[in-house]
Amino acid sequence: MSTIEEEIKKRILVLDGAMGTMIQQYNFSEEDYRGEQFKDFHLSVKGNNDMLSLTQPEAIKEIHRKYLEAGADIIETNTFSGTTIAMADYEMEDFVYEINYQSAKIAKEAAQEFTAKNPNKPRFVAGSIGPTNRTASMSPDVNDPGYRAVTFNDLRVAYKQQAEALLDGGADLLLVETVFDTLNAKAALFAIEEIKEERNIDIPIMVSGTITDASGRTLSGQTAEAFLISVSHIPMLSVGFNCALGANQLTPHLEVLAQKSKIRISAHPNAGLPNAFGEYDETPDQMASQIKTYLDKRLVNIIGGCCGTTPAHIKAIADLVKDYKPRLVDGC
Amino acid sequence: MLHKTTNNQQPTTNNQRKFLKLSGLEPLIITPESNFINVGERTNVAGSKKFLRLIKEEKFDEALAIARHQVEGGAQIIDINMDDGLIDGKESMVRFMNLIAAEPDIARVPIMIDSSKWEIIEAGLQVAQGKCVVNSISLKEGEAQFIEQAKKIKMYGAAVIIMAFDEVGQADNYERRIEIAKRSYKILVDDVHFPSEDIIFDLNIFPVATGMDEHKRNAIDFIEATRWVRTNLPNVSVSGGVSNVSFSFRGNNAVREAMHSVFLYHAIKAGMNIGIVNPTMLEVYDEIPKDLLEHVEDVILDRREDATERLLTFAETVVTSAKEHKVDLSWREKSLQERITHALVKGLDEYILEDVEEARLQASQPIEVIEVNLMKGMNVVGDLFGSGKMFLPQVVKSARVMKKAVAYLLPYIEAEKNGVSQSNGKILLATVKGDVHDIGKNIVGVVLACNNYDIIDLGVMVPPEKIIETAKAEQVSAIGLSGLITPSLDEMVYLAKEMERQNFEVPLLIGGATTSKAHTAVKIDPQYKNAVVHVHDASRAVTVVGDLLNAKTNKQYVFDIKADYVKVRDGFLNRSKRKEYLTLELARNNKFKIDWNATKIEAPNYLGTQVIEDFDLSKLVDYIDWSPFFRTWELHGRYPEILTDEVVGKEATNLFSDAKLLLAKILDENLLTAKAVFGIFPANAAEDDIEVYTDSTRQEVNVKFVTLRQQLKKKEGIPSIALADFIAPKESTIEDYIGAFCVSTGFGTAELAAEFEKDHDDYNSIMIKALADRLAEAFAEYLHEKVRKEHWGYAVSEDLTNADLIKENYKGIRPAPGYPACPDHTEKLTLWELLSVKETIGVELTDSLAMWPAASVSGYYFGNEQAKYFGVGKITEDQVKDFAVRKNMSLDEAKKWLNPNLAEN
Repeated sequence: MSTIEEEIKKRILVLDGAMGTMIQQYNFSEEDYRGEQFKDFHLSVKGNNDMLSLTQPEAIKEIHRKYLEAGADIIETNTFSGTTIAMADYEMEDFVYEINYQSAKIAKEAAQEFTAKNPNKPRFVAGSIGPTNRTASMSPDVNDPGYRAVTFNDLRVAYKQQAEALLDGGADLLLVETVFDTLNAKAALFAIEEIKEERNIDIPIMVSGTITDASGRTLSGQTAEAFLISVSHIPMLSVGFNCALGANQLTPHLEVLAQKSKIRISAHPNAGLPNAFGEYDETPDQMASQIKTYLDKRLVNIIGGCCGTTPAHIKAIADLVKDYKPRLVDGC
Repeated sequence: MLHKTTNNQQPTTNNQRKFLKLSGLEPLIITPESNFINVGERTNVAGSKKFLRLIKEEKFDEALAIARHQVEGGAQIIDINMDDGLIDGKESMVRFMNLIAAEPDIARVPIMIDSSKWEIIEAGLQVAQGKCVVNSISLKEGEAQFIEQAKKIKMYGAAVIIMAFDEVGQADNYERRIEIAKRSYKILVDDVHFPSEDIIFDLNIFPVATGMDEHKRNAIDFIEATRWVRTNLPNVSVSGGVSNVSFSFRGNNAVREAMHSVFLYHAIKAGMNIGIVNPTMLEVYDEIPKDLLEHVEDVILDRREDATERLLTFAETVVTSAKEHKVDLSWREKSLQERITHALVKGLDEYILEDVEEARLQASQPIEVIEVNLMKGMNVVGDLFGSGKMFLPQVVKSARVMKKAVAYLLPYIEAEKNGVSQSNGKILLATVKGDVHDIGKNIVGVVLACNNYDIIDLGVMVPPEKIIETAKAEQVSAIGLSGLITPSLDEMVYLAKEMERQNFEVPLLIGGATTSKAHTAVKIDPQYKNAVVHVHDASRAVTVVGDLLNAKTNKQYVFDIKADYVKVRDGFLNRSKRKEYLTLELARNNKFKIDWNATKIEAPNYLGTQVIEDFDLSKLVDYIDWSPFFRTWELHGRYPEILTDEVVGKEATNLFSDAKLLLAKILDENLLTAKAVFGIFPANAAEDDIEVYTDSTRQEVNVKFVTLRQQLKKKEGIPSIALADFIAPKESTIEDYIGAFCVSTGFGTAELAAEFEKDHDDYNSIMIKALADRLAEAFAEYLHEKVRKEHWGYAVSEDLTNADLIKENYKGIRPAPGYPACPDHTEKLTLWELLSVKETIGVELTDSLAMWPAASVSGYYFGNEQAKYFGVGKITEDQVKDFAVRKNMSLDEAKKWLNPNLAEN
């Protein structure tokens, strides 16, 4: 099977869409979340989506299959909150390795099914590494701006465990995503570098930041270009943006990346901006028509969806990108 | 200052393919076209005694101010060093960098983590989201450690300064510098795979002219080695600490400044592109006197055997002439235009009439003197101000000279009847209806007038009809509105609506202390389809007006501003949606709880109202808090440190001595009158109201203060405070008290200001108002102390310094209506009724409830030791309704007064 480095030179790769949106459709109850393994767990666990990889593995695999069916080249593991830091709220720190390992395994099995069916379109598993729920360069306490709820080393250790488990479970690449605080991402990248050195392997890494609002900056205050510079010390398969904004609002920031870097670019925007009830209501066609702008401008190499996107959105995107060439990067 | 020596023509351009890219919140990319990158050096405990002291005393706020100053002053990177035996370097580095991360105006630039200790460097790298520079590592301890540290730095994502230092020692000649640079580069690039563009060499700047022969080539060897490194080691940068070079001339700043400039001039040409330079210790290369330049260049470039001796001898004369400089009248020898420009730039009015008369006799028409001679000088002032080389008080002084000159010329011009000077446009300025504060507006007027705009200043408390009418009649080019108190914001909104309704097209400028970009964008801008611009401070006024009135580009400018405001507006509306509020009932249940049975309430020594007529102002001098005074003049920093600040210190000192002079005159000649009325009364809280009783029987309510309660949802255990919480509730049957006061030092201010204005002296007209404001605050502070110690007497043994008072380290508070703890201005009406303020001391309230004279302060006294200042913040509809009922006003009226505090729905 060809590697993702080879595939990305040939065409625009399609990343999958939202996991959470799909899980919602199952309307899992507290009991469903608990499954057999956690039936006596001492806290309520409903809403802890990552643990469904342990308790409802078939549902997670089914979601992966739907995205693969829709045309996704890369599917993301169900591990957005799979660190000891993010799992602390559920007191599930002890299950972090297992969650990541199983999530990667499920995704890998689904991907392999589809690769086997059509070897000309190999499918890849991206280990999803979320930002955690704490920020290393901002204080949660307005009265004490020097305070930090998490340190670089806390994050480095937690991310390392997550990344190792994802790789052990079969992830082909790692996706450090929804970066709202660049320092968190730098800790994740530091941990991945350590693994690369210890295991003497190369790991393709996608880094995807989040521009939080119209100011055009990350939550931690960086401009798109400053963010790019701050993570560029690590060799990356791609750099890009996801979440917070819809495809249209993301365009200018992707253009900054395209102008300022020679790295491949990814985008997985939300299905528009949330409406007054916090729901995303952009249709697949609406979203695809906005993404067409990226393609006309040859801005991206990897394109997918974040909050509110479904297999229908991914299908619309996959159908669209077939006819377009990827962004050119030096030397290919 | 260094713009004349960009490194365009450096020999290395061809080798430079990859550029050093750094980041804070914003990017910094160093290309061959970049000017010299100046690294701020004041946040370095080894280089700044003041910074060391602040860190030792954990005064991190002030330490941050130094960092901010550096960035505002143009530093593109800030160097932070905490290497001192008496502080915990690692802890201080982390804490300071974390605090910087919370200050976007500092954090926008990259940080240079400066330490000789690896653990401090690593701790710094772990708290920076941007790409930093590590300063520094070297081969001093051998290759193994060097490689290990370089690898780590690469993983953290930082650039690195490599010191020219190896196992043998520090490189001190040309060959050794090259040898070490070459070896370091090879290891980094080949073994560590460190990006070559992230390598910066510090090739050691050592002192010259030390008298020792082996030091003679220190500067030239550095310069030549720099040239070699930039030519032979692709993509690297070269940096260094420049002040070292002049070390042997400590104490002779004139020579040191020249040495720094000469050294930089040549080093930059050779390829040095980054440096640690104190900008105040730098002469402009072109302005170094020829003879001094020659002597200094001889030393730096090692051009003569006896260069050092010759410079030493010459330096003696430089010192002497510098001392004589104080009464330097040599500018009087220069050409007429140069003299006029000099007088305007320096704000000297002694000779201006003489010079203007000379110019008039030479001119074919008197108007030419204004249009040519004076405008040339004012353009220089404008340029210097625009580029941050002059400060506001200087500009106001320049304006004073200008006005004197113009006043002298006017009769001649009118005699010739040849029309008036071509101005850039007419600007109407007004403080809106109900508001009396005009210092900022006056400064804007002066600054704009300096830039050749005609100013129509309608003064204070100007009704909207008059603004509209004048704008039409005079066909003004722009309207500027100012206000300080919150109700003025609504006046501005109203005026914008009126302008829209009457099809105005001219731009509307908004300024004053309570105005903001957010308010302008959210509330004013949507009312008027033409330009609305919030002008943050007076210094911005010129560029804003210039952009607005530039026929070529104004459309784009207005379009950009409108677009920006739409963004601000959307961002604001989105943000405010997310806030959560408690209902009034829940907020009341969450009140600030005082255990009344355990609280000692001191019965006042005197109950009832007292009046002070004509108070001795000299007693107030020690109570003045000077820091806000400097802020009025847009000089930012804390008194007294501001007087020695490296950027504004000199101007602050001048301003301060002018202020003292005028203050002495006020005191000697009794130019202002200070009056006060105050009283302490039996009171109890009734829910959120405070009932003030007619007498100690507490049977009859005299007046009722209506307080507002915080409603923004807070963390568990944090109370929702209202001022009423600090007074014992009625049902407790505990006897409590409240005080009230009004002081004014404003009587006489308007007359004095008018006097100065008549004499074209805006500088002192603004000064007198600023001083009166400070005296009023000082009076309030003084009286509060008297009340605490004597009249109420709950803090008899209190012994606080002025600094303690400014920090509010005392027991009890004196909140003022219209300020955060009690934002409702209408409470002033109740105060006026209770104290008969108008009848006793003559301070009046305007329609918008501003106090007149403006230099007045009024408020309540709360004596409870748990009472503290807080902000009410936003409140919701249920409290507004409740408030309207308690105040006996309509809901609409209540909303009007509480408008700035209403939470968005």
